[in-house]
Amino acid sequence: MAHANALAADDIIAYLDAHEKKSMLRFITCGSVDDGKSTLIGRLLYDTKLLYEDQLAALEADSKKVGTQGEKIDFALLVDGLAAEREQGITIDVAYRFFSTEKRKFIVADTPGHEQYTRNMATGASTADVAIILIDARQGVLKQTRRHSYICSLLGIRHIVVAINKMDLVDYSRATFEKIEADYRAFAGKLGFSSIVCIPISALEGDNILTKSPNTTWHRGPALLPYLETVDVEKDGSGEPFRLPVQWVNRPNLNFRGFSGTIASGTVKPGDEIVVVPSGRRSTVTRIVTKDGDLADAGQHQAVTLCLADEIDISRGDVICAGKAPAEQSDQFAAHVIWMHDDEMIPGRQYLFKTANRIISGTITELKHKVNVNTLEHMSGKTLELNEVGFCNISTSAPIAFDPYSHNRETGSFIIIDRRTNNTVGVGMIDFSLRRAQNVHWQDLDVDKSARASSKHQKPCVLWFTGLSGAGKSTVANLVEKRLHDLGRHTYTLDGDNVRHGLNKDLGFTDADRVENIRRVAETSRLMVDAGLIVLVSFISPFQSERRMARELVEGGEFIEVFISTPLAVCEKRDVKGLYAKARRGEIKNFTGIDSDYEAPENPEIALDTSKISAADAATAIVEHLKKNGYLG
Amino acid sequence: MNSIDELVARAERLAEREQLALSTVSRKLLNDGKGLTRLKAGGQLTLRTLEAAFERLSALETGEKPAAKAPARQTTANAPAVGAGDGPLLSSQRMSHLDRLEAEAIHIMREVAAEAENPVMLYSIGKDSSVMLHLAAKAFFPSRPPFPLMHVDTTWKFKDMYAHRDRIAKELGFDLIVHINEDGLKQGVGPFTHGSAIHTDVMKTQSLKQALDKYKFDVAFGGARRDEEKSRAKERIFSFRSAQHRWDPKNQRPELWNIYNTRIHKGESIRVFPISNWTELDIWQYIYRENIPIPSLYFAKERPVVERDGALIMVDDDRMPLKNGEKPKLEVVRFRTLGCYPLTGAVRSTATTLPQVIQEMLISTSSERQGRVIDHDQSASMEKKKQEGYF
Repeated sequence: MAHANALAADDIIAYLDAHEKKSMLRFITCGSVDDGKSTLIGRLLYDTKLLYEDQLAALEADSKKVGTQGEKIDFALLVDGLAAEREQGITIDVAYRFFSTEKRKFIVADTPGHEQYTRNMATGASTADVAIILIDARQGVLKQTRRHSYICSLLGIRHIVVAINKMDLVDYSRATFEKIEADYRAFAGKLGFSSIVCIPISALEGDNILTKSPNTTWHRGPALLPYLETVDVEKDGSGEPFRLPVQWVNRPNLNFRGFSGTIASGTVKPGDEIVVVPSGRRSTVTRIVTKDGDLADAGQHQAVTLCLADEIDISRGDVICAGKAPAEQSDQFAAHVIWMHDDEMIPGRQYLFKTANRIISGTITELKHKVNVNTLEHMSGKTLELNEVGFCNISTSAPIAFDPYSHNRETGSFIIIDRRTNNTVGVGMIDFSLRRAQNVHWQDLDVDKSARASSKHQKPCVLWFTGLSGAGKSTVANLVEKRLHDLGRHTYTLDGDNVRHGLNKDLGFTDADRVENIRRVAETSRLMVDAGLIVLVSFISPFQSERRMARELVEGGEFIEVFISTPLAVCEKRDVKGLYAKARRGEIKNFTGIDSDYEAPENPEIALDTSKISAADAATAIVEHLKKNGYLG
Repeated sequence: MNSIDELVARAERLAEREQLALSTVSRKLLNDGKGLTRLKAGGQLTLRTLEAAFERLSALETGEKPAAKAPARQTTANAPAVGAGDGPLLSSQRMSHLDRLEAEAIHIMREVAAEAENPVMLYSIGKDSSVMLHLAAKAFFPSRPPFPLMHVDTTWKFKDMYAHRDRIAKELGFDLIVHINEDGLKQGVGPFTHGSAIHTDVMKTQSLKQALDKYKFDVAFGGARRDEEKSRAKERIFSFRSAQHRWDPKNQRPELWNIYNTRIHKGESIRVFPISNWTELDIWQYIYRENIPIPSLYFAKERPVVERDGALIMVDDDRMPLKNGEKPKLEVVRFRTLGCYPLTGAVRSTATTLPQVIQEMLISTSSERQGRVIDHDQSASMEKKKQEGYF
């Protein structure tokens, strides 16, 4: 390479030795093109990376042809310009770039800075130890500076470099620099960073990049690269107790049982007492196994396999913790959530939550407030849209082990996955446990579900009728209830239209309201099952995820999904209530089948098409199913 | 015999007897995986270190457990020797950048092993693939890696590569699947008759899709790096593919922390790139540190070549048609990248050792992929190829 270290040519072994001892630093650059971000990254790559002659020649030629710097090299050309990326239609994303010096290897997360790319910035910040926040010396602290700083603090970055750029355009004015520094510190003080370093630079001219500039003799701090080479990020979190989220149980034969994972925090050595969360079982570490030999100790970021003294049950999803300082566990949390998808967040909807090592279902039960990322003001709202940040209550289907994100990035974070599309739709950082799980106990009653059910000579269950409007759900449900009543069974029917007159009369027909509608009905039917009844629920219930939620509220075998699969054309032709006609005329919005989706069940217990069989036959089929499967005693 | 030679010789005997890699022995003696290799190459060490190494060596030879050595980090000096391990405990010093990259790759591989139903590791026999194999062996030790290796064979690789592939898969205990596009083979598709574009498409891209469909693999590990090419700088570590094997760069899942979303629908798949954050230098440095075996083609040797369009093509077998007046001549060459032999240009070089190869890379004047005919064929086409399912 053209300007490779001379050492490589002279003494390659010494060169390799020096480079083997490098540490690693991941940082993110925050700023827009106008702040000189591309120029700064280009400059760092150019000044430190080993560029090949063909790449250098191309850069020089491009600079003359399309550069903005006259005869000088346009460093911004080394990284993809945003405009070019927009034309290609890819970006606007996170690009990772690499360079290294003799002391460190650097991984740079290069993300766009505009508000509509908040999620991209959050992605880059999630793995960064340091953030460089660029400020144009002519502009000072702007709205975007605040936004970038807030996102960095939200994602737990501890070290901030404020690179006050374009100092050449303000005559390297000390007063300008000091005013911006004072402004920044006044505002960032409340964001909880452990260090803020301000450096006056000119990315274009190279001032205070590699070495201290003669143009800013008044500046007492370091130049940018020497700072990045020496900033100590290892002690961040080193005081935190030992955590090993178990990824994989290593069991090659009956004589070996190890627990593999990456240490999230703290250190461990043979002889240490550990406790497993959530099971609470205790044991002692006997070995730290790696292919290169057993270790005397291991610390944060190391991928290891632990062996324990006792045969205790541990599986993927558990966290092995220091015996004296176990992680918390809860199924109710408050967390900051960043929404990352075009489909808005819907409180009450079932999502999957993936933590360091386990996937669990749960819901965002409440959006407490949204955060304006520019002003940090709290705002009220019902849902979160793409790129919005909110403070939410979350409830999971079982307790999970965690630490507050401010203590531990690895055990305090989670991603949110849509159950139907499998997309990652949001991410979250846990603030604290709501401890409702401990405070609100289910009231145990002496007469329980089975007692109530047996006095009625039936097995309680929910018959959940789903299908398009006009498919025949209510007609069939009505017939079934009549037959069951004739057989002396105890039943109750929850009908979509009827419920909306009372329990749910405050709800409309937006997606969020539909989800809440179903949630209330599902909870009501659960209470009725507890009362020992056979509950017939007749609801369009177009979304799979809500039907799944209803299913998971009751015990296995208590939920019978009845799909009335009558095709849309037939339903529309029947149009008993004249609703399809109205929807076609645009008088009703969000009408299922017309301008709102219906997601058909994949594996319903019963599927019936009333365009092929009569309602009476359909009812017979359902009653037969109940008899055959023992629901009628 | 001076005592360094003696140390090396005895260590080699021990390695053979105990079925240990020399790097493992080296680590145990010198707390440095390549220390012995360096000594063999004429390296020096202080008398005190040598004395300590002999002490540990004697202990290992007699099968005794050596007295716990004071590890480099003093805080661990009193760690009790409760281990059931078979040697002195290694102290973990501050992690270097290679340690961090290694741990990240291992984490990714374990995540796939835990969550995928039917994963596979694609193996192309090159240096990046060699590193991937080495990492997989480490990730699951003492278990065998819980997935097979698959080589999508175009039938036009160098003979040396085939030999290396079969030997390594056996040594590391991998199940090896070799997939060849039989339709392409029947039609006689090859680089000389059909050109590099068609050959690569049929025997590599289509063949890979065929293989993934045939074995119903839901996750395939690949050895691509983000520093290789612009479109890869933005690709996720867990990169989602539709049921048609297409990559949609505009619709990638956000990837935060080290939490990876591995959920897919039936028929869809994920390509996983554990060494995304490694650079070419990291790869070489790691091969050097860990003593990872790589095909001999990377090292200079006299080989029969012809010069075509400025590229030196090795005549590896008699399928290569020679043009009028073309005569293979012996030249000392090596390869900076490996692929199908008719599509891979050699460079004139005298580098016969790993440090020399690395040195040559560091002071060379052109970038890595220049030797690869496939990239020149349709310029800036990597992204297009990837969208179509090429790795």
